[in-house]
Amino acid sequence: MSNIMSSLYNMRLLDDLARQETVIHKLHPLVKLLTTISYLIVVVSYGRYDIGRLLPLILYPVMIFTLAELPVKPILLRILLVSPFIIGIGILNPVFDNQIYLLGQREISRGWVTFLSILLKSGLTVTAALLLIATTGMDRLAAALRMLKIPRIFVLQLLLTYRYISVLMEEVARTLRAYSLRAPEQKGVQRSAWGSLAGQLILRTFDRAQRIYEAMCLRGFAGEYNTGGFKQIKVGDLAYLVGWVFFFATARVYNIPMLIGSLITGVIR
Amino acid sequence: MSHHKLEVKDLRYSYPDGHEAIKGMSFTIHHGESVGIIGANGAGKSTLLMLMMGVLFPSQGEVSVADVRVTKKTLAMIRQRLGMVFQDPDDQLFMNTVYDDVAFGPRNYKLDEKEVEKRVLHALELVGILHLKDRAPFKLSGGEKRAAAIASVLSMQPDILVMDEPTAALDPKSRRRVMELLTSFHHTKIVTSHDLDMIYEMCDRTIVLKKGEIAADGATSEILVNAELMDSCGLEVPLALQNCPVCGTKKV
Repeated sequence: MSNIMSSLYNMRLLDDLARQETVIHKLHPLVKLLTTISYLIVVVSYGRYDIGRLLPLILYPVMIFTLAELPVKPILLRILLVSPFIIGIGILNPVFDNQIYLLGQREISRGWVTFLSILLKSGLTVTAALLLIATTGMDRLAAALRMLKIPRIFVLQLLLTYRYISVLMEEVARTLRAYSLRAPEQKGVQRSAWGSLAGQLILRTFDRAQRIYEAMCLRGFAGEYNTGGFKQIKVGDLAYLVGWVFFFATARVYNIPMLIGSLITGVIR
Repeated sequence: MSHHKLEVKDLRYSYPDGHEAIKGMSFTIHHGESVGIIGANGAGKSTLLMLMMGVLFPSQGEVSVADVRVTKKTLAMIRQRLGMVFQDPDDQLFMNTVYDDVAFGPRNYKLDEKEVEKRVLHALELVGILHLKDRAPFKLSGGEKRAAAIASVLSMQPDILVMDEPTAALDPKSRRRVMELLTSFHHTKIVTSHDLDMIYEMCDRTIVLKKGEIAADGATSEILVNAELMDSCGLEVPLALQNCPVCGTKKV
């Protein structure tokens, strides 16, 4: 329970970070969104054994972390939160894919290589998504989505879910507390009560949704979530987008680590 | 200034399950009045508010604001005139920052962003929470949330303020602050509450509801001291008017 409450207070860290005023934060949200999307596409497009070629793409998160002056530790912790799922997906690879892969002089199972590439890819993609939120903020991100003509109902859904997660979690925490106070010496919630607890929560959610909708209608809501005016996309914003996309494309087409390697070995020879 | 007038004529409403919540009410609230609506739980206070705001529509009778009847067609205009502050500010603060929340109403009326900003800052200043404008609503204290909810309605510049339990769940200091705030507005005010001391201080007129009907309607100073009437409606004389608990001296 205390976990729920404490994660509640940590949850909005990204929002707080998004309120800074660095070079990255000042960029147009649409530009940042498009850059992130192209980054994700490029990262995902690499083959299973292409670990080496993925490495130059680490430059992107590193640059954003530095330029946007974001604290590394709390964001890395959030990446760890999803790591159990990723490990769950990849952990059996070394067992099933046990052909030999030569790493220099050493032989390792190819499964380890694919496992590592899954870890690396998911790490990079999750970091990119978190960085996008931490430098843009949910509201502006939603406005950028609207500019891309994403149907407003989806955007609205996203924003309201984001806003009410905390309220719902408080409600869950309260319900669980009330349960545990009247059920001493029990670990967790007894199976017989699961149904009614979940049912209660759902009914309360309906109720609240109804009230929120009324509150929105009373203030003139007619289906469009207006998040305020937007500044124009400037040349600098465009340059940012073009620059990164160019870099991603280069990293995808050419094997940069190999090029650098052969350059260095060439010089040595 | 007839656009500050609110008129309720022979209002009746039954819930879909057949429960008759409002059984024929009529009253008129004029410009500048502050009216308390009180009654026991289930007397029909919330239903009445919902009918006034056009969230529910009466089965019989009518509500009119500034001589315009509340119907689906006139809702947009009515809701610009009538601002409602909900009992639970969490229902009302649905945006991710206080600023955006207060700007929600004006933006829906398609005002240009400069005017929106002017209104938002003015509303926040009126309720004294300008410094909280970039905070997330869920991080505010109860009193601050309430103030933000009031600001979110003020930014629409309504003629009539409708409030459901504005002092519920507030600590004494915050309660006092909200009361002072509300008293300082010159809007027509309609307040429902169980906080009878607040009604006694803030409202000149009180309407007492009992089982869906109006049990009394008149000057607050006469109605709230009427122990017999209050008792029959499931209420009590305000604490401030009751006998002193220490020495037993009678106040009324």
